[in-house]
Amino acid sequence: MATELMLEKWSGKISTVTIGATKAEGGTRSHSIKIGGEESLPFLFKEGAIPNKPQVAFEIWDTIPLDWPDELNKEYSDCYADPLAWAKKCVETYKAQSLCVRLQGAHPDFGNKSSQQEAQFIKDLLKTVSVPLIIVGCGDDAKDNLIVPACCEAAKGERCLIGSAVQDNYKTLVAAATADGHNIIAESPIDINIAKQLNILISDMGLPLDRIVINPTIGALGYGLEYAYSIMERARLAALSGDKTVASPFVCFVGQESWRAKESRVSVNEFPAWGPESERGIIWEALTATALIQAGGDLLVMRHPKAIEKVNKYIDELMKHS
Amino acid sequence: MFIIGELINGMYKEIGKAIKEKNKAVIHRYALQQINAGADALDVNCGPASANPVSDIQWLVETIQEVTDKPLSLDSSKAQVIESGLKVIKNKVIINSTTADQEKMEVLVPLAKKHNAKLIGLAISSKGIPQNKDQRLELVAGIVAYCLEQGFNIEDLYLDPILMPVNVAQAQQKDILEAIHEFKIISQPSPKTIVGLSNVSQGTKVRSLINRTFLVMAAAYGLDGVILDPLDKELMDAAITSELILNKQIYCDSYLDAYRKK
Repeated sequence: MATELMLEKWSGKISTVTIGATKAEGGTRSHSIKIGGEESLPFLFKEGAIPNKPQVAFEIWDTIPLDWPDELNKEYSDCYADPLAWAKKCVETYKAQSLCVRLQGAHPDFGNKSSQQEAQFIKDLLKTVSVPLIIVGCGDDAKDNLIVPACCEAAKGERCLIGSAVQDNYKTLVAAATADGHNIIAESPIDINIAKQLNILISDMGLPLDRIVINPTIGALGYGLEYAYSIMERARLAALSGDKTVASPFVCFVGQESWRAKESRVSVNEFPAWGPESERGIIWEALTATALIQAGGDLLVMRHPKAIEKVNKYIDELMKHS
Repeated sequence: MFIIGELINGMYKEIGKAIKEKNKAVIHRYALQQINAGADALDVNCGPASANPVSDIQWLVETIQEVTDKPLSLDSSKAQVIESGLKVIKNKVIINSTTADQEKMEVLVPLAKKHNAKLIGLAISSKGIPQNKDQRLELVAGIVAYCLEQGFNIEDLYLDPILMPVNVAQAQQKDILEAIHEFKIISQPSPKTIVGLSNVSQGTKVRSLINRTFLVMAAAYGLDGVILDPLDKELMDAAITSELILNKQIYCDSYLDAYRKK
């Protein structure tokens, strides 16, 4: 007997967010990327359209990342002193299609760069590379409220993705992103209720829902990946059933979480049974990313070029079935 | 919960007058107020006083469609009135309603199919109002069987168990609630269920309280749709909250507002 597939019919749709503006669109980017737009759960092509493939952005910092492990340092330490060279390397050597720049150097404990310095850095970065940019603050609310608006203005019209708005600190960032034509990252601490509430608060300020990307906060493989997975799945099911307030694409900070895991850092001398760390960290990052892609991750911010290469291959393979 | 706003009904004085005088502003206002309050669709009923419901319903449909593209529920016991409304419909449409009588279904089921409409089927026939759960089940089983025979999509069929005023038929209320649950297991895929809520409180002194208590209980029995007054804020709050308790909506601090803006 032939097996009949039971197909789900969905009434909702994830919003499509465009990152980067080309010259024709008022910016200076060589291309833009689109994320979201799904009308089904991930890769169930028979149930609904999946118009855009998941995207990977390379993560760079505006300062030397002191706690990155050797496997990452081997790739990037030659340009840590010059973040513009770092950006260039990602784009030219590793063919990055988008960059996520973390303004860690503005953090009071890690350099305390001023908003003028950061704005100038963003201007220079926009001149150095032509890929779409994701710009995230240093994580210190008070400082982010100074540097993020300055960077938004410096990148006016480039339609960047700006982060991160959180429940206790969203107004300044949202106002800046709205005024200068950017999209915003709405970050919630692995909490679907806060994710929904924050989207409502942001859209109440006048930023349309199709300019919001949810950062659900993720854990790496072995460190709460399944919690993030279930939150993302729950939001997706609600969105596809018609709840527009959670129908935003997801950005997942995969590199940041994966390279914190003990499994991707410790040397083979300490744990001989685990095998060489030169492969382990890459596998950890790639596996975390692929699992989150299956949960609905639309934009993955990653670090190691080899992990990114693997994940891009995986995405292309999945999209062949579309 | 699929919520149909009941207020555009010629039975209400202001609407009856607006229909008579062809006062579009009143109809527009009632349409938008109900939608802003969270209604998913609007019921359209010319009311008993309309001298010419066949043309009045067209005027109502066209007038409402000027301000909203939400689905409209064409409400009449006369098939020719519904048919007339369908001629000018642009929005999605619900036919409200057919009884379990063969001659009625023969006209309305093909019409629903042709217009891709949802159809409300009442657990009632020319023989009268059902007095218990089994009679209700028997009546709607006839509707389901006919729809299946005609190839009408059962998921677009909304079955109404017929609510009785609690002060008249107190003993039947539990039967009605159980019927809502059992209607859903008549076929696979399931038909949907709906009630015209205000009947339950007819003639009582605390209508709003009885309406919302019944609605929450019916939601727990699996009710899919309801025809009600969406401007009754406490009633809507109760309906929205029942969806939360049943895990059909994701909680957030602004869930009441969020639902209404959806």
